[in-house]
Amino acid sequence: MNLFCLGLSHHTADVATREHFAGSATAESILRQTGCAEALLLTTCNRVEVYAVSQKRVSTDEIARCLTRRIEIDPHDYAPPFYRYEAEKCVQHLFRVASGLDSMVVGESEIFGQAKKAYESARTSGAVGPYLHRLFQRAFRVAKQVRTHTDIARGAVSVGSVAVDLAQRIFGKLSDRKVLVLGAGETSERTARALISRGVSDLRVSNRSIDRACELAQAVGGRAVPFDEWAAQCREIDILITSTASETPLLTPAELAPMVHERLDRPLFIIDIAVPRDVDPGVNEMEGVYLYDIDSIRSVAEQSLALRRKQVAAAERIIAEHVADFVDSISRGLNRPSQTAEHLPLGENPHGRPSCSGGL
Amino acid sequence: MDRYLLIVSTVCFLAAVVHTIVELRAGMFRPMRFNFFAVGLGFIFQTAFLSIRGHALGRCPLTNLFEVFVFLAWSVALMYMLVGPLYRLSLMGAFTAPLVVLLQGFALVAPIDILHPVKVPANPWLEFHASISTVAYGAFAVACIAGVMYLIQERQLKTHQLHSVFYHLPPLTDLYATITRLLWWGFALYTFGIVSGFFTGHPLPRAQVVAAIGVWLLYAAILQGRHLRWLAPKWVAALCIIGFSVALALLWGIEFTAAMRPLP
Repeated sequence: MNLFCLGLSHHTADVATREHFAGSATAESILRQTGCAEALLLTTCNRVEVYAVSQKRVSTDEIARCLTRRIEIDPHDYAPPFYRYEAEKCVQHLFRVASGLDSMVVGESEIFGQAKKAYESARTSGAVGPYLHRLFQRAFRVAKQVRTHTDIARGAVSVGSVAVDLAQRIFGKLSDRKVLVLGAGETSERTARALISRGVSDLRVSNRSIDRACELAQAVGGRAVPFDEWAAQCREIDILITSTASETPLLTPAELAPMVHERLDRPLFIIDIAVPRDVDPGVNEMEGVYLYDIDSIRSVAEQSLALRRKQVAAAERIIAEHVADFVDSISRGLNRPSQTAEHLPLGENPHGRPSCSGGL
Repeated sequence: MDRYLLIVSTVCFLAAVVHTIVELRAGMFRPMRFNFFAVGLGFIFQTAFLSIRGHALGRCPLTNLFEVFVFLAWSVALMYMLVGPLYRLSLMGAFTAPLVVLLQGFALVAPIDILHPVKVPANPWLEFHASISTVAYGAFAVACIAGVMYLIQERQLKTHQLHSVFYHLPPLTDLYATITRLLWWGFALYTFGIVSGFFTGHPLPRAQVVAAIGVWLLYAAILQGRHLRWLAPKWVAALCIIGFSVALALLWGIEFTAAMRPLP
């Protein structure tokens, strides 16, 4: 029995190539067409991967043919940049993928859910047997451990998540916080939605066009505030998200000073994503006011990514331990009387460490 | 024998410090488990030390500067055990442990463990006064630690330079609420301590009374400034650090003066 994985990812193929192989095949169709004993298909926007267990070696071309969206494309001629990992390398690759180490944004957690979904789908259809079940259960455990024991998932990397992350660092729980969205642009809407997803319930929207303010307020479950009243709201609110098309700053230290004095023990977090900026940078110098413009948000995102990259080595150590342990446990299982070489998915040699032919 | 317990206790706190440094450097810091366990174990050994010493003396072990430092370190650990887990401020353990190591390390190294040649009779009011005042110092010490954490967090948020430790520090508003609670606890305990001092049946040295009232007024001013919103949170945090430094210097002065005089 052979355990192997082959696929395409953002590392090896552009989106045009990836889309040729995404979406048409299922785990069952791979089983049917290639004669594999077990198969699982993991498809995301950044990767198309097949994890399989087979009695005899199944060629990359055979799998590629199953994945091809358009039948007229011959994968052999097309020579797509498929990688292939076998045995121990396959285990290591899956653990890295599930932990977010192989993702475009290192440490992102979406891949964990996608892998779980792919596993559930293949399990329901009966394409997953004992080997892939064991492998994927371990992969989920490893991914959780990597996230818990390293800072790989720490910090935010998009405008919305940076805003939420910073807001939580300032206020802790966001459920009692009041948010004003000034300017009903797409980014401010996304940021507002990110805050709502973390429990914010009091959301106000103000825009030069009251109709647009009402529309957005309705969409996010907030309430509209007339544009000429937004400044007075700064007495009450905790978070201000601003993204208007104003050519001059709407909020200056002089305007904010009396309100800041009234709310000395309540911080004010301002996210200014407008260009040109809506808030005078001098506001950040004021007591208890934390101003982040688009550049500082980008800088925070870059710092988070740098922090995550520093964690890769620690995460790799955890993964290496699990790979060795997983391979050992499979090998040990072989020495039990009830187990035979047929049950070993990791390579052909029943007495030594599983053979590893590496990836393409 | 009792000093060995104190050494073991110091090693436990030191382990928390080393663990924090190593894990922060590796970017794998998870404060909850190890730090709380190490500080908890250190606290048990501290308590055992104070208990044995108290039994030997037949009174609260606050008869010399050595015991005052150990009792203060115990009060700091006690306050952390009460406040840290309650308010999810587990990183506070990482900040508390170095202070305890410093206090106990100094107590162990400095030649200040001078036992009185004659057994001092127990005086419940004097013991209550000394112990409650020291526990109040413990609350002020943990408020000072929370103040340091607040200023670090605030500075990173203002400058937009977020280091690894940023993600382990509690939110600003939680830290500020903790500082306020600790200040109130410390202030209430210190007030009891000062008042009980007048019931000891012994005349109190003028310098000690002036110093104690000075510390009391300082913390009263911080709390008043916070209550009336004259002081921004950043300044309350900074004053917690200044206040505790002043209080510690005065405590040293008071105990040093007391050591020069016969114990009542």
